[in-house]
Amino acid sequence: MIKMIKAKNKLGLVFFPAFDWAISSTHPEREERLLYTQDQIFEEGIEDIEGIYFYNPAIATEKDIQRVHFCVPDVKSRLTKSHFISAGGAIKAFEAVMDGDVDKAFALVRPPGHHAQRVVYGDRGFCIVNIEAVMIERIRQQNKDLRVAIVDTDCHHGDGTQDIYWNDKNTLFISFHQDGRTLYPGTGFLDEFGGPSAYGYNINIPLPPGTGEEGFLYVLDNVVLPILDEYKPDIIINSAGQDNHYTDPLTNMNFTAQGYAKLNDKLNPHMAILEGGYSIEGALPYINLGIILAMAGIDYSHVKEPDYDKDKLKQPSDITEYIKKLSHMIYKRWQNREKLRADIVKGKDNIQRARQIYYDTDGILENQTQNFKICKKCSGVNTIDSQSDTGYHIFAITIPMDACSDCLDQGYKLYQDTSKFHYTNIYLQDRVNDVYYSK
Amino acid sequence: MIVGLDVGGTNIDAVIIEKGNIIDTIKRPVNHEHLFESIWTALEELFSRHDKENIERINLSTTVSTNAIVENKTSPVGMIIQNGPGLPNDYLACGDENVFISGYVDHRGKLVKDLDQKEIDKAIELFKERNIDSCAVVTKFCTRNFSHELKIKELLEKHFSSITMGHNLSGKLNFPRRVFTSYLNAAIYHTFKNFSNDIKKSMEREGIGAPLYILKADGGTTSLSAAQERPVETILSGPAASFMGINALLHTDKDALLLDIGGTTTDIFFLADGLPLFEPLGIEIGSYKTLVRALYSHSIGLGGDSSIEITNGRLKIGPNREGPPYALGGPKATPTDALIALDKMKIGNREKAIEAMKLLSKELNLSIKDTAQKILDTMGDMIKNEVDRLLAQINSKPVYTVKELLYGKKIKPQLINMIGGPAKFMQPILEKKFNLPCYFPKHYHVANAIGAALAKITTDITLIADTSQGILSVPEMGVYEKINRNYGLDSARQRAIEILIERAVSLGAAKDEIETEIIEESVFNMVRGFFTSGKNIRIKAQIKPGLIGEVKGDKND
Repeated sequence: MIKMIKAKNKLGLVFFPAFDWAISSTHPEREERLLYTQDQIFEEGIEDIEGIYFYNPAIATEKDIQRVHFCVPDVKSRLTKSHFISAGGAIKAFEAVMDGDVDKAFALVRPPGHHAQRVVYGDRGFCIVNIEAVMIERIRQQNKDLRVAIVDTDCHHGDGTQDIYWNDKNTLFISFHQDGRTLYPGTGFLDEFGGPSAYGYNINIPLPPGTGEEGFLYVLDNVVLPILDEYKPDIIINSAGQDNHYTDPLTNMNFTAQGYAKLNDKLNPHMAILEGGYSIEGALPYINLGIILAMAGIDYSHVKEPDYDKDKLKQPSDITEYIKKLSHMIYKRWQNREKLRADIVKGKDNIQRARQIYYDTDGILENQTQNFKICKKCSGVNTIDSQSDTGYHIFAITIPMDACSDCLDQGYKLYQDTSKFHYTNIYLQDRVNDVYYSK
Repeated sequence: MIVGLDVGGTNIDAVIIEKGNIIDTIKRPVNHEHLFESIWTALEELFSRHDKENIERINLSTTVSTNAIVENKTSPVGMIIQNGPGLPNDYLACGDENVFISGYVDHRGKLVKDLDQKEIDKAIELFKERNIDSCAVVTKFCTRNFSHELKIKELLEKHFSSITMGHNLSGKLNFPRRVFTSYLNAAIYHTFKNFSNDIKKSMEREGIGAPLYILKADGGTTSLSAAQERPVETILSGPAASFMGINALLHTDKDALLLDIGGTTTDIFFLADGLPLFEPLGIEIGSYKTLVRALYSHSIGLGGDSSIEITNGRLKIGPNREGPPYALGGPKATPTDALIALDKMKIGNREKAIEAMKLLSKELNLSIKDTAQKILDTMGDMIKNEVDRLLAQINSKPVYTVKELLYGKKIKPQLINMIGGPAKFMQPILEKKFNLPCYFPKHYHVANAIGAALAKITTDITLIADTSQGILSVPEMGVYEKINRNYGLDSARQRAIEILIERAVSLGAAKDEIETEIIEESVFNMVRGFFTSGKNIRIKAQIKPGLIGEVKGDKND
């Protein structure tokens, strides 16, 4: 009799490599991206492991997208079929967890989403739709009070997810990434700490180039896990970008497949969603295998890149020291968040946030100002006034899910009173009633 | 004259088909202890009534390999496994001795770490010490580069009489299955070889010069000599024989549900536009998942002799068979008893059948007639539920392209074709449950033998052309050759077909009857940096599945 391999945790996998879709023929986000990952998953016989189940993606709807984004001019003109499928893949994976079919799920889908912000004029950082956010908000239609923690382990700052959950205390966002002074999108610093209703619930951990296993796991043990212990989320999601790997062509970090597996083992997320990662031969097959095994509770200690060399990848001691200090500072800020918030909102009715946003993939420049009402009863109606160099000038209003009746009324009034004279498009996102208007 | 023979659980069936007509049939009980003798006795009896000179071919569906595995009558096997990085290796230990060696080839077939010959030498010593004569060598990603398997084989050759290499058995990726498939092949090698030698001797003695083929689980045949090299391909050919039999007797080019309702089990198959559905990876035997190519089939413990119980006021039919029907002296009521009680089937002791129904009817609070009807009705429901479940599973199988996800083929049966003892009586019930027309053939009692007789040689190959490395490989045929940077899809298609034909001929097919088709193809631009560095072309080609002929005028509606 042979010994059967069995997953300790039932794991759902949505593996959808979209072999017939690419941004362009030589773009890193291309047909071939998950080909070798598929080869590795197939060769390892993952589909035969008891307790691992494969699902096809669902297809997200226009309404799913509108809960999260203001697509300009509209959803249909910004998205390809692949974007609906990628978001639908994440939704399917999350549903499998919420329905109790599986304990955990991993959506290996593409294109990724974590650079997609609330306003969408085009593609930035290979993302148009924030697939995590679309997934979470769909599930929240049935689970209004779901507390979610997103831990973004992509090497690039998850600026899209940060923007979407900027003012939402029910969604804790933690991003570790290569320091924005050295890498796209150039954001993700400590002082980006959340909007007035969720100050302290957006945590950035900018790491120096050259950070390796030791540094990532230090941050996990000393910042992420303690904060999660206090926050007590219902659901933990790993936004599982894989470009911190030492072979990634676009970044400068020294993380490994073993490191990613250990990270997922310790973080113990309910969901992982593939984000970036473009070392498609040397990293992705091994990292994805490592994450799958770690999530399923199967021994991953033999998962190693063919050229893995522990000594060569050892983190220099000055980086270790720097990360220790940084971690200490970030954790202190988290503990002081209430006081820091009080200082920021003191004597104010509204808080504004003005930014310039660059869409590197499509070469679009956007200028926007977000306005957050400080409301005692809810997280407050908020608006975005945005102009792009493609000729749009939009005004977008969001009534948050927890809105009080005043904020709800104010949102509708703003939509009615804002004249098309100044704007090309005006949008209203009413999350209380789950409806979306545009004019 | 074509001869087809099928070994079943209780009987051996054989037929002779000439120009589409079934000209003779025979049914004899099988003695599994002396399988070869049973087979040969049946054949001799059949041959004695005809001119042996006219035999064009003999197709056998045997249980020799299956039984050896299921009954654990296999030879000890020494496994040499190169696991590389990935999953832990302890669950791969399927041999009597398992030696895990260092070295590694990656997913593109690049040599990452070389072999250590000392480890192989040690394995040889160990196997010899243990008197092991059958070996199997399997390396991870050998389908991409099998140089390590070849090297190891060379080292073993002098010492052992049978050496199975993983890459010869399948071009599909699934290392654990390849390990188990290779193990099974090595384990039954000697058993099958003895069987094959017995056949050859007897044919020589009888002066039969016709070629003899063995049926495989994919519904096709392979030559006796090829089967001797890869006996694992001959496991579980029984369901394939019945599938081929249904198709030979009832032809369709639509989506269809095929049922073989027997005494103990009901086998379920599907056709998509008249073409067979295959298992995505391979068939399972005992606790082994394999890469043996097989028709999709699903068996449920429900048949004419399934025992009936009532639990909590509800009828429970099967999954066990505890003996013959009550009316034939068995211990329990069965669906066959229901048919006998209803006077539909005229066998056995009807009084006993009615008595069996009576006992059940009291518990169900129904009349005897209604009880019998309800049994058949429940059987129909059970089949319907299982078919619905299987279809949902099949229609949600993983796909990997946007096109397939949005527009992929979904199977929706338009009709039911079935065989088996109770099939005729189940027809009206199933027609109503499925709301589909339902057909059964006249010659259903020897359908499996007919299916075996009309099976043709089948095989498939997997080609990968990697122009950035300049290598084309077809593992099943041991092809690993150089190509230039401009090699394209057209050349790859052509080469795939060439190699496929070569393989079919090596399995005993005549060149002019080979029909090939490409079933999957994809081309990936390989981008390194921001430039295209080459193409990764992947092709699967196969011999078109089907029959070498049909049998005439055999339809009952």
